Amino acid sequence: MTAAVEGSRRTNPMAVVGNVMTQKWFEPGAVVAVMVVALFVIPSAFDSFWVHNFTQMALTTILAASAGMLYGRVGLVSLGQVAPYAIGTWVTMRLAFATSLPYPVLLLIGGLVAALLGVLIGLPALRVSGLYLALVTLMLVAGVEIILGEIKFPNGGHGFKGVVRGISGIKGVRRPSFATTDLSYYRFVVCGAFVMLMLASFVLSRKPGRAWASIRQSEAAALTSGVDVTRYKIYAFALASFMAGVGGGLFAGTVPKGMSTDDFNRQAAISLIAVVIMGGIYSLWGGLLAAFFATCLLKFLTQNFIGHQFWNRFALSLFGFGLLANLVQSTKAAEKKGIQA
Amino acid sequence: MIDVRDLSVHFGGVVSLDQMTVDFPAGTCGLIGPNGAGKTTFFNVLSGFVTPRSGRIEALGQDLLALPDFRRARWGLRRTFQTEQAIEKLTVFENVATVYEHTGQGGRAGRTQAVNEALDFVGLTEVAHDTVRTLGAKDRRFIEVARAVVGAPKVILLDEPAAGLPEEETATLAQIIRNIPERVGASVILVDHDMSLVQACCDWTAVLDFGRLLASGPTAEVLRDPNVMRAYLGTEEVA
Repeated sequence: MTAAVEGSRRTNPMAVVGNVMTQKWFEPGAVVAVMVVALFVIPSAFDSFWVHNFTQMALTTILAASAGMLYGRVGLVSLGQVAPYAIGTWVTMRLAFATSLPYPVLLLIGGLVAALLGVLIGLPALRVSGLYLALVTLMLVAGVEIILGEIKFPNGGHGFKGVVRGISGIKGVRRPSFATTDLSYYRFVVCGAFVMLMLASFVLSRKPGRAWASIRQSEAAALTSGVDVTRYKIYAFALASFMAGVGGGLFAGTVPKGMSTDDFNRQAAISLIAVVIMGGIYSLWGGLLAAFFATCLLKFLTQNFIGHQFWNRFALSLFGFGLLANLVQSTKAAEKKGIQA
Repeated sequence: MIDVRDLSVHFGGVVSLDQMTVDFPAGTCGLIGPNGAGKTTFFNVLSGFVTPRSGRIEALGQDLLALPDFRRARWGLRRTFQTEQAIEKLTVFENVATVYEHTGQGGRAGRTQAVNEALDFVGLTEVAHDTVRTLGAKDRRFIEVARAVVGAPKVILLDEPAAGLPEEETATLAQIIRNIPERVGASVILVDHDMSLVQACCDWTAVLDFGRLLASGPTAEVLRDPNVMRAYLGTEEVA
């Protein structure tokens, strides 16, 4: 095949070298800077109270990035990412009490079990989309919430449930031998978040990432490009759920005594998608910003400006307001783009 | 090239294609008709988006209806749409590479060469690294043609590829489309309301009206057919 158009713009075709795939989440330099701040500046500049909050922020970054990836990169509006997060926490806690497996192995198993759940979430996604998918996945969160509430989270007891009666017998999940203190565990969580985001970035910059971008743009066009839409949607749910599951496993190590389902309920699911949209759904920084909103900013506000009870009652309203502001701004940007085009 | 026999598509009580029987020859063929005639429905059947009530379609000996939708692309069927479908967030190169790598035609080295050739063919080499959202309407339209010709397509369906383009760019597009059979080795079916584009590109044309085949044959003869002029073009002969 040679040039068909006389006089059209032409340069040497060899100038277009093979690997020009640019679909990355972030610049490497920025990542290094963030990691330096996270691993060295924060531990030296903040006390244990804030280190705990930054640990939560790192965990939420994984969760927000997984939800953002589904929505921003594949176009799947899932409210169900809290479910694999809960499953990852549950599996990791259970195995931590019942076995002597190394913690990274527990995380891997928790992530894989969550990925299996993700495939189950993905199945209805083949038939529904948009609001209907959001409702189906929200109902899945409700189902997981009920099941986990019924069988209770393990807290160190014997048997499959691993539940002890009475507060005195409850203990926390064992941490990795190299990260037993809160500070070292914070660094462990930051490294875990880094690995998860790198994994997502790696996949997004390759063939699956381009398939997802194609599906997001138009399923019909994706099909006529040879993209197996069914397979790639399930793949997206599996990867996002794996990330959330590993995040849940890391979360298990932050729980000092037992656990309830409050972190995994429907309100948490809706708050998550709200902060994810507020932070921005298309980049790593969106996940980071969303996590900042949901953890450190929230804690800063409750500590300094508004009472804890106030926040409990109005957090969702504030997220809703932020979401609305974000959507209005996005609409303006789209209109501006349309005028310029 | 594409042998269509007794193809019928119903949407509830609406008959979109009614016992359509036509044999598209190799080369560049036109498919015209008034709005609602069934042209896009026919493309949707070929693409696998719509299941016909009856009939069969054989393309180069392959029973197309037996293949799942995405496997038709891997077999060699490509398509553009009336609305722009290029992926906004990706570069031009990535847009074209996406089609190549998902139609299962070879490794990384082959991909680079095939994409570069496709971009060169439509004159987009210069903007290969640009993100689609930064480009204008003409480049976006041409990206879709590049996505259709990359690799080794056998049949390309172009659904109003010149929509929204000014006359000069439509002429450039016509030249590209005319060159597809010889340079790419694929046959083309072109749907468009721009008769000058159809005349410039297509040696053979079929006309649909209310889902039925009204006429088919050499383009010049078809456009002079009294039935075609009455049903589609009005009473005057098309220039």
